[in-house]
Amino acid sequence: MKTENKKTYILNLLAIVALYIIMKVLMSQGILNRYFVGIIIFIGVNIVLATSLNIATGFLGQLALGHAGFMAVGAYTSALTAEALTSEALISQGIILPNLVVLIISMTLGGILAVLMSLVIGIPSLRLRGDYLGIITLGFGEVIRVVINNLDFTGKAQGMSGVPILTNFDNIFWIVVVIVFILYTFTNSRHGRAIISIREDEIAAEASGIPTTFYKVLGFSTAAFFGGIGGGLYAHYISFLDPNTFGFMRSVEILVIVVLGGMGSLTGSIIAAIVLTILPEALRDFAEYRLLIYSGLLVVMMVFRPQGLFGTAEFSLKQFLHKLRYNPILSPRKEVKDGD
Amino acid sequence: MALLETKGLTMQFGGLTAVDNFEVSIDKDELVGLIGPNGAGKTTIFNMLTGVYKPTKGSIHIGGEDVVGKTPYQIVKIGGARTFQNIRLFKDLKVIDNIKIAYHHDINYNVVSGIFRTKKYWAEEKKAYEESIKFLEIFDMQDYADTLAKNLPYGKQRKLEIARALATRPKILMLDEPAAGMNPQETKELMETIHMIREKFDIAVLLIEHDMNLVMGICERIVVIDYGKIIAKGTPDEIKNNPDVIRVYLGE
Repeated sequence: MKTENKKTYILNLLAIVALYIIMKVLMSQGILNRYFVGIIIFIGVNIVLATSLNIATGFLGQLALGHAGFMAVGAYTSALTAEALTSEALISQGIILPNLVVLIISMTLGGILAVLMSLVIGIPSLRLRGDYLGIITLGFGEVIRVVINNLDFTGKAQGMSGVPILTNFDNIFWIVVVIVFILYTFTNSRHGRAIISIREDEIAAEASGIPTTFYKVLGFSTAAFFGGIGGGLYAHYISFLDPNTFGFMRSVEILVIVVLGGMGSLTGSIIAAIVLTILPEALRDFAEYRLLIYSGLLVVMMVFRPQGLFGTAEFSLKQFLHKLRYNPILSPRKEVKDGD
Repeated sequence: MALLETKGLTMQFGGLTAVDNFEVSIDKDELVGLIGPNGAGKTTIFNMLTGVYKPTKGSIHIGGEDVVGKTPYQIVKIGGARTFQNIRLFKDLKVIDNIKIAYHHDINYNVVSGIFRTKKYWAEEKKAYEESIKFLEIFDMQDYADTLAKNLPYGKQRKLEIARALATRPKILMLDEPAAGMNPQETKELMETIHMIREKFDIAVLLIEHDMNLVMGICERIVVIDYGKIIAKGTPDEIKNNPDVIRVYLGE
């Protein structure tokens, strides 16, 4: 590994740790109260959901309208697994697992089940070119909602209450960091390049020797996996699951985050997730107009910046610092040197 | 055995026979031109050779391997690479990434080492980068490595598409109207590029072209088709004087 890369990693890690410490201090001082911490956790959930959907929509270029469906699968699977892992029977036998372990096991299982679902709908529809996936995922999201509404073990329409609360600020912060890191390195590997080439031109990708169906399914199921994990994180924070929260509107909300942040930019999705989670809270007094503001924002965005906030570019701390250091206003005597 | 060999290749769309009993055999180091009036079935032949269409009848062998029923990317792996009539690049990616994508199969690490960036990842990515640069140097395009493909001038875009096809390490390169939309200067450059490819790479080339100067200038053998049927085969001089070819192109 080049020292250049090592420096970048250390720089980013330091920035993340600093952010974590600042937030911890603010929390211990009571400046960030429980309400704000709740919003921060929702931001975390939305970051996971949006960055994962970005793999399918932004990097692979396939319209997917059923991300809430994968989220629901992940949420319910995770909730049921966690209940089983913390059940009376296990505890009476003296098996008490730490919260983090329960959370990771149940979340991962939720993700795996979401992957299985994505394979069932992805393999037939992704063999075709065009927007078939959009229509099928749209149907899938609704099917999942209706099924959950009618199954006994998911509590039917009454929902599922008493889901173990495992998600807190500490673990969601680091889980989000790990997931974003995984997605970033994934999109910058040869597999990520293959996925991006399909977005650019599917026919040319195939003529360059890329097995397009395989990579479409890989990209789509990666999105589903982390979508399921996002659902798990959500379930273990909110503790009560109502099937109707996983409807079509939820899928659209996630899609709006992705489009706003920029299709093909993970950092864009993160910024947009922060903005679009805080916005409805800030506009609490006008809750009925939330959708109006959403759609207004999207229209404005499509007119003035159709590629989203970041387009396909990623925010890089290193480049940002470089620009800051050689900024003519802040430090006029330093000359701009490339690669410094 | 010939590098590319087709026998009785036929393609029917419903009642229309687009290509009828097309037979060609191309050896290593040969450059063969495929010409014919509009709608003669040239691109259909290309699409069969590269796996986009499955022929109704007949056989195709590339390097001795039967490729009928194989998908385009499998045929690329076997050794048949192509370019497109209307340039198809990964427009919003850098020139070097266009080449790296074509190197996909020569880069060897799995998803997990890609995510956790193991030693192998760095070594393989470094190799891919160096190979891609080497490739661009062959085409004298190393200065454009970090340019977005869509910002290249037209002639360079065509060059990049050919470079990308060659980066898959093919046995046979199929060029679909590479001179389409080019001015005489660019066409001349293209001829030089094709000459250079034949010198530096050990491959066969099959060329579809309308530009007679180009075809007559560089092809060793020419196959002429009309209405899906072969009407003449031979050297450029033979083709120029063939009465059937003159009739097809100029009328009675």
